[in-house]
Amino acid sequence: MWYFVSPQIVFGDGALDALDELEGRRALIVTDGTLVRLGLVDKVKAHLDTAGIEVHVFDAVEPDPSVQTVRKGVQVAQEYEPDWIIGLGGGSPMDAAKAIWVLYERPDLQAAEINPFIHLGLRQKARLITIPTTSGTGAEVTWTIVLTDTEEQRKMGLGSRENVADIAIVDPAMAAGMPPQLTADTGLDALTHAVEGYTCTWHTDMTDGLCINAARIVFQYLPRAVADGSDMEARERMHNGATCAGLGFGNAMASLAHAMGHVLGAVFHVPHGRAVAIFLPYTIEFAAREAPERFAELAALVGQPQGLPLHRDKERARALAERIRDLCREVGNPTSIAGAGVERVAYEAQLDKLIDDAFNDTQMITAVRAPSYDELRQLFLYTYEGKAVDF
Amino acid sequence: MAFKFPSDEWIKELSRQLNGSEIYEKSAKDWEGDFDFIVEPDDAFQGEPAHLYLDLYHGQSPSAKQLSSPDEKQAAYVLSAPFSAWRKVIEGKLDPIQGMMTRKLKLEGNMMKIMRYPKAAKEIVSCCALVPTDFGD
Repeated sequence: MWYFVSPQIVFGDGALDALDELEGRRALIVTDGTLVRLGLVDKVKAHLDTAGIEVHVFDAVEPDPSVQTVRKGVQVAQEYEPDWIIGLGGGSPMDAAKAIWVLYERPDLQAAEINPFIHLGLRQKARLITIPTTSGTGAEVTWTIVLTDTEEQRKMGLGSRENVADIAIVDPAMAAGMPPQLTADTGLDALTHAVEGYTCTWHTDMTDGLCINAARIVFQYLPRAVADGSDMEARERMHNGATCAGLGFGNAMASLAHAMGHVLGAVFHVPHGRAVAIFLPYTIEFAAREAPERFAELAALVGQPQGLPLHRDKERARALAERIRDLCREVGNPTSIAGAGVERVAYEAQLDKLIDDAFNDTQMITAVRAPSYDELRQLFLYTYEGKAVDF
Repeated sequence: MAFKFPSDEWIKELSRQLNGSEIYEKSAKDWEGDFDFIVEPDDAFQGEPAHLYLDLYHGQSPSAKQLSSPDEKQAAYVLSAPFSAWRKVIEGKLDPIQGMMTRKLKLEGNMMKIMRYPKAAKEIVSCCALVPTDFGD
C-alpha cells in the first residue's frame, strides 16, 4: 500500500492567469527579497488583485530557510489570518511556505515535529499555492520540507503528505529570468531527483515514467536553457521537467546523493542543486557494484553511449555516471567538491560531521546499496577529489 | 535454532544482534530512549497483546525482555502493530518507515527526536531480519 499525492497542476504559458479566478479573501505571499526586486511578486499580486484578493508579502526567506525564519512567518500569518498561503520562489520560499502553513494551522507543533507519521488536519484556516520561479526543486509538487537548524548546521527533512500544495502554478515565464548558473544548478537538481526517484528502493510504477521523462528532458534541454536563457522552448520544457521529477521522486524518495548533498550544503553552503549533482555520479558508481540494474535501464532510456552491450549492467550504469559528469561540464558546473571551491583543510575538519549527518539523513534509508560508515567516508573523499568510485 | 515471535527469547536475540551491528552503533551513538513493541492480536495471533521491551542507549542495547504486563515499564517510545504487520516487517516485506507512514505501524513518542535517527530505525529492522524467527506456522 502506498500513496501518490499531487496538487492540481496548472502549467504552460499563461498559467499564472489561473490566479484571476481564485476565490478567497486574503493571501500571504511567502517569498524572498530578490523576487520582490525582480518584479515577480508584483506579477502575482496583479493577478490576485484581479481576483479581488487582499495581499500581504512576507519576503524574509533566506536560502536554506531556518526554523527561526519560519517562526517569524508563522507570526505574520497569525496576525494577518490569510485563507491562502502562496509559496513563490525556488525551493527555499516554497518549503518555508509549507512550514508556515502547517504551523499556522497547528500552532501546537514545532517545526521539527512536522512528520509523516501523525495526522495534521490541515486546511481548516487556509490552503496552499506554490509557484516555482526556478526549474529544478520540484517543491511545488512535493510534500517535503527542508529547513536548516542553524545552531547545529544541519538540514532537517520534514513534512507530511497532507502538506502538499492544493494548486501548483508552473508558468515558464516565472523562470525566464534565471541567470545561467542558477539555471544549471536547479536543472541538475531536477536530474538528480529523476535519477534517484527512479533508482531508490521506494520507486513505484506510478513514479517511474515521470522520472524517465524528466531525465530525458534535462539531458535534452538543460544545455540549451543555460546557453540561451531566451530560448523559451527550452525554458518551458525544463520547467515542466522539473515538476515531473518532483512528482516522481516526491512520491518515491531521493537517495544517497541527496543525503550527502544536504550535509555539504548545510556546512559549506554549496547551492543544493550543485551539491547533489556533484555527488550523483559517485553514488551511481558505488551502487552499480551491487545493484546496477535500474541505473543501466535508465542509461538505455535516456540514450546510452554507442557500443555498450545490453547485458553489461555495471558498465552501462557507470556510463550513466559519466554522462552526468559530461552534462555538468557542459553547463559549467563542477564535478568534484574541490572544484566547487571547498578548501581541503576545512573539508577534512568537518568530515566526521558530514558522515554522521549524512548517515542519519532521511534520504539515506532508500539507497539501493547502503554504505557502511567507512564506505561513506570513502565516498566523501573520492567525491572531493573527483576520483571515480572503485569500491 | 529459530526464536518464537513474539517471545522473551526473540527480543533478547534482537538485542544481541543490535549489539553486534556497527551500523547501529554509529547511527545511534547519541540515542537515548527505550521502546515497547506491542504485538497486537489478529487472525494469525490470538490472545493478549505482547509487549516486547528493548532498551537502547548510545548505540547499544543494554537490555531486553518480554514484559509480563503493560505497566511493568513505561517506555519512551511505543510502536504497535498487529502480528501480521510485524511479520511483514521482520520478513522484509514491509518497509518500517513506509509502514508508519501508511499507519500500518503506529508510533508514539517524541517525534522531533526520532526523526533525527532514521538510519538507526532502519537498522533495528534490518537486525530483526537477522533473527531466525518462528511465527508458529
